[in-house]
Amino acid sequence: MATANATRDDQKQNPRNQRQFVTFTVEKRAYAVDIMSVREIKAWTETTRLPNQPVHMRGVLNLRGSIVPVQDLRARFGMGVTEPDESSVVVIVVIEDRLLGILVDSVSDILTVESEEIKAVPTGSVTAGEDFLEGLVNTQDGMVAVITLGLLFHQADTETNF
Amino acid sequence: MDELEEFRTIFFQECNELLGSLEEALSEVENGTAESDHIHAAFRAIHSIKGGAGAFGFDGMVSFCHTFESVLDKLRNNQIPMSGNLIRLMLRSKDIVADLVEGAQTGASGLENMGSDILAELQATLDTGEAPEPGSVGAKAPAAPKAAAAPAPAPVQEAAPAEEELLDEGPVEREVVIHFHPEADLIRAAIDPLKLFRDLQAFGGVSAEVTKEAIPNFEDFQPSQCYCEWKLSMWTSASQEDIEDIFFFAKEYASIKYEFAEPEPVEAPAPKPAAAAPAPAVAAPAPAAVAAPAPAEKIETTNNAIAAAKAEKPDPEANAAKGQKAPITLRVDLVRIDRLVNMVGETVITQSVLAQQATALSPEHHSALLHAIEALSRQTRELQESVMSIRAQPVKNVFQRMNRLVRELNLSLGKDVKLVLHGEHTEVDTTVIEELSDPLVHMIRNSMDHGIEMPDERTAAGKPSEGTIKLSADHRSSRIVITITDDGRGINRERVLQKAIEKGLFPADVKLTPEEIENIIFMPGFSTADAISSVSGRGVGMDVVRRNIQALGGRVFITSNPGKGTVFTMTLPLTLAVLDGMVIKVGTENFIIPITSIIEASRTESHEISVMPNGTRVINVRGNYIRMINLGNALGEELVGEKTQVLIVETEAHGQVGLLVDDLIGQQQIVIKSLETNYRRVDGISGATILGDGKVALILDVDALAVTNLGSNSYHGGGFPEDGDAGEIENSEAA
Repeated sequence: MATANATRDDQKQNPRNQRQFVTFTVEKRAYAVDIMSVREIKAWTETTRLPNQPVHMRGVLNLRGSIVPVQDLRARFGMGVTEPDESSVVVIVVIEDRLLGILVDSVSDILTVESEEIKAVPTGSVTAGEDFLEGLVNTQDGMVAVITLGLLFHQADTETNF
Repeated sequence: MDELEEFRTIFFQECNELLGSLEEALSEVENGTAESDHIHAAFRAIHSIKGGAGAFGFDGMVSFCHTFESVLDKLRNNQIPMSGNLIRLMLRSKDIVADLVEGAQTGASGLENMGSDILAELQATLDTGEAPEPGSVGAKAPAAPKAAAAPAPAPVQEAAPAEEELLDEGPVEREVVIHFHPEADLIRAAIDPLKLFRDLQAFGGVSAEVTKEAIPNFEDFQPSQCYCEWKLSMWTSASQEDIEDIFFFAKEYASIKYEFAEPEPVEAPAPKPAAAAPAPAVAAPAPAAVAAPAPAEKIETTNNAIAAAKAEKPDPEANAAKGQKAPITLRVDLVRIDRLVNMVGETVITQSVLAQQATALSPEHHSALLHAIEALSRQTRELQESVMSIRAQPVKNVFQRMNRLVRELNLSLGKDVKLVLHGEHTEVDTTVIEELSDPLVHMIRNSMDHGIEMPDERTAAGKPSEGTIKLSADHRSSRIVITITDDGRGINRERVLQKAIEKGLFPADVKLTPEEIENIIFMPGFSTADAISSVSGRGVGMDVVRRNIQALGGRVFITSNPGKGTVFTMTLPLTLAVLDGMVIKVGTENFIIPITSIIEASRTESHEISVMPNGTRVINVRGNYIRMINLGNALGEELVGEKTQVLIVETEAHGQVGLLVDDLIGQQQIVIKSLETNYRRVDGISGATILGDGKVALILDVDALAVTNLGSNSYHGGGFPEDGDAGEIENSEAA
């Protein structure tokens, strides 16, 4: 929690007050993560399953010698398990020096917005995965939900401890 | 600031190395095999530590080391006799130095008084020329320094004789004149003339004449430039070499001329007051307890550590003596080596991908390519071995730390035990070395506490009153075998079994072999000690030892000969970076099982399989019933059919277990990767690796699987209550 807040504060101090995001879709909805945390984007390849893990844990893959866990964002948001197809993509992000892969339906674009354009998530909203959202951005193509990676990662971590 | 921090780190690294050689030298002295070389080595080690400590302002350490060094110095000049008391005193002094170093490193407070009793004994040794009985000077210790330090003129008195002692040991004194004419950039080269002069003062009182005509007007004055020249004259017995050593680093930035007069008869009192004169001023802020010896070594304070850090060259004196035959070494950050090890690991994987792809090529058309791939495979293997050998270190460092443990336990338990080391030059990977210390400490404690009897008891049993613990290391195939042998009373099997039954670890009518009874001591929650001592008896210890060793892929067991002694045997892989594994298939995934845990593999059809009342399946292997685990079930993959392969594996806590697998793919060396780097620990999995096709394969933790599977056995119709409970005990112990 504390770390997530800290990142937000840091980002507010960005002199140009502009932020860039990588946007992608899951279940036809648009999400975004801060571009600074994205290490690379790679096409889905079959992962190695890990035994006795929650459904959203898709296993691990080999990223040039590093063993990287992959989370299924659809399953993480409680919308069922992704059946990967050729447009499925794994976004490799860095959170606190750890690598994490996020399985999404497709990567859309890079989005540049002013900080103040990021609106707060209305409380009591029923959007899937609202807990991990930092804010909402309105674009020409509709609403994009900005994901707080630290939160996603930490909650996933504690939940998987059963 | 960062640079200073770096020098500090190097200083502490050096301290640890020096303490190691000090320990080694003192052990030789203790064993009676000492030659003057060993005492010299001890002297150099403590001298170097003192030098570095002075540069970093660890005053307590400096003053302690100084007194210690003075004792060693007298010893090497045969001015005090060698005695049992003196050896014990020196060993304890070494421990104090180790504590001071550690305290300085961690920034612990209250170090001023550490070892003041030992210091007093050392001082008494210097004063009387004989090592006192241990503890005999404790009472008068505070009195003496106080008397010396209280009135202002007293330190001068105190310091003068100390100086004399240092001086009149060697050859005759003569006058030495040094013309020191620095170039302008001396100070920018990080050489402080004041430090040099202080170093010089260690050899005798220095009087200096300064030529300062070159100092410009204030406007033109550059603080980082040196404008002065000095003419230094002193009376000293120090050799020309020693004096020139002080200016070793300065000579590139200064013109230095030496005039060594012919030695004169000993009478040369004039410079001595000069030596003592500046002392009280420096010593004044030091606490009373350490003030007495302080003046002399204050002057001697050197900037060795900084110089050493700059030039990778420790204390000149130590180096000159050591450097004759020592191989050239390079200090490299472990992170860099790890990066190299990782890169080589990647290369090995890529090479195996190549080799795998090459099998599809026809040997007729691609013979040159195939030969090249074969050569590459040999070379990568060799490369990997060379890289691994960089990380290999002798177990000596860890073994020698045990000397201290035995000494301290001797004191606190009132026992008389000698530690004998064997094969301490056996090399293992650094990662393994770091993990060795804790298990060794526990096992040696156990041997000292439970194994070896009190001296009178030993005499009554017809044994020598001094007990012996032998610690030895050896290579056996790709593992290191460490044994701890004591000649104590051995394990009282009846008592162990009785205690285990009392504690409910076994039913009262259990039948166990002697080996099984002996290994009960590794069970969680077992302890036979009637009274809880600070050494052992809390019943956490040996089970933790076993678990930690297992976590490293090692094994430990105990054998005992009642009345004669006990042997702990511990085997560990030589490295935690690679292992020989069997690739198996379960469902659609490949997994790795460490070869070391596999006993045999066979088809299930060739054995009789029965179902126990609780649903557990057992397989009859040559008359032994072995519990079977369906890996498909344990790993969340498709269930393995029963007409397949079964791998019989050895587990530490649950004996032999049969693992049902779909297929055996083959054996290969794999590079171990951690899941925890980016994720977390997963039950039943000890790590991961990357196979030839670039896919990740998980390495199975057979022991954990044997435990976790007990609970999830329900599809066979029920769990296994006793063992389930054992698992819980283990968990609570761990917490």
